[in-house]
Amino acid sequence: MIPPVGHRRGTLGAIAHWAALVVATVLFLLPFFVLLRDGLAAGWSTVADLFTDMEIPFARSLLNSTVVASLQTAGQLLLCSLAGYGLARIPYRHAPKILYAVVATLMVPTAVTFVPSFVVVSSLGWLSDLRGLVVPGLFSALNVFLFRQYFLDFPVSLEEAGRLDGLSRWGVFWRVVVPNSTAFFAAIAVIDFIGSWNQFLWPLIIAQDSSTWTVQVALSSLLTAQNPKITLLFAGAAVSILPIVLVFVLAQRYLVRGVTETGLQG
Amino acid sequence: MTRRTALTFWLFVGPFAAGLLLFTYAPIGWSAYLSFFDARNTVTPTEFVGLGNYVDMLTDRAFLDSLGTFSLFALFVIPTTVVLALVLALMVDRVRVAKAFFRSVFFLPFACSYVVASLVWKMSLFSGVDTGVANTVFGWFGGDPQAWVGTVDPPLYWVVLVTARLWLQLGFYMILFIAALQRIPAHLYEAAWTDGAAPGWQTFRHVTLPGVRGALVAVLVLNLINAYQAFDEFYNILGDSRGYPPFARPPLVYLYYTSLGSGGQDLGRGSAGAVILALVIALVTLLSGKVFRRSS
Repeated sequence: MIPPVGHRRGTLGAIAHWAALVVATVLFLLPFFVLLRDGLAAGWSTVADLFTDMEIPFARSLLNSTVVASLQTAGQLLLCSLAGYGLARIPYRHAPKILYAVVATLMVPTAVTFVPSFVVVSSLGWLSDLRGLVVPGLFSALNVFLFRQYFLDFPVSLEEAGRLDGLSRWGVFWRVVVPNSTAFFAAIAVIDFIGSWNQFLWPLIIAQDSSTWTVQVALSSLLTAQNPKITLLFAGAAVSILPIVLVFVLAQRYLVRGVTETGLQG
Repeated sequence: MTRRTALTFWLFVGPFAAGLLLFTYAPIGWSAYLSFFDARNTVTPTEFVGLGNYVDMLTDRAFLDSLGTFSLFALFVIPTTVVLALVLALMVDRVRVAKAFFRSVFFLPFACSYVVASLVWKMSLFSGVDTGVANTVFGWFGGDPQAWVGTVDPPLYWVVLVTARLWLQLGFYMILFIAALQRIPAHLYEAAWTDGAAPGWQTFRHVTLPGVRGALVAVLVLNLINAYQAFDEFYNILGDSRGYPPFARPPLVYLYYTSLGSGGQDLGRGSAGAVILALVIALVTLLSGKVFRRSS
């Protein structure tokens, strides 16, 4: 953190700094402005059309995205926090090897796994199926690693107090560790939810039937169609980012923490 | 007691471990297996072709072009992202009023999906019509309207793709740099000034830059892995109802069309391509780590 004292610049420097900030602000907000302007250009009736035009399963795709992102976030939190806690705290003989096997998968890029994962999912019969969209994404090695790092720093004294009260490991986790870690869970949840809502490649290959499209796939198929209906498209895009912008505004504190954790630890 | 410990451990880790085995390890193994077989339209091939798929991929001009193009893309987009993200972080960190506002503004695109950004870039900002935003600005300086996405010579479509990616990613990396900047102890700056370092470049060179080195490496590596896996904005900006053009094809787009496209699913070659891509990414990451360590 740079101390304020001694950090004096000439007036010229200050003007340049502010000019750069203002220009950058305009550039960064411009796409959002354009999106809203074009999306609502024809009035709110376009937004209503989105939900009534039967050619586009837009309402359905919004519902699918909501279900997929919610289930995926909840599932990731549950599975990855449990695994992270086990790896951080339970003195099992083979735990270091298991941890190594988890961390090793972080080195494998998505590019390598998307074709074979598709093969696995299709042989399970999960194409165009909610399970195919949600389940494979639940097992995030990165999240396990982050939870483990976090639990390593969790105050042992709190856990020991719980043990003295007669709680098992399982009881300590649910009654002591989780209630005292809500900020960290929220940070991971926000990142997971945004990531899940915005993901494109996986739902594109899995949701082959239009009834299982997520909102990103629906928008993409409108965009790459012959003669795209532009106003409708922009209205749809504006509606699709609303929930995320809401999450962004309400939970920015957690989001910043989540980004810092995932970016710098991972 | 150890038995009990083992049981408790698996109670916590078991469900995740099972999923990791099924959805990460099994696919990787299966893919490695498929890459040695003729696996057209089947996941249970019988005809062993040895290194045939690898030879096919490594002699396929389109695949090699896509690897080459994306190495160039990475070479350009990564330094640009690192420098601009650091500049944004410094601007936000050094401003005394409305810091939170500016941070939010630059971070906000993180909330936007690549699909939505592609839509805005393709249909509005860089649309070919005279009233498109880019053409309007271009017109102020006396430029003729351009068909940005459709212009191959010179390849103006890169302007569209690169600016979209920068807009989407800069905020994320900026947050990482801001976190790193805030971790630099104030006394280091004070000591540097006492030693006669001028505020500005000298302070930046001797205090700030070494202080954000960890973040710099993180940003570099994340960027690298991301650049080779570009898919969303390429697919949505360049693709249309006729399919994908023969240029600027990211490796993932290529693999997508090879292994899952409508023209026939060749999972053997797709898997071989995925293995090659993984090796390229690993190699480039290792090399860049080495170069970076040596230069500092």
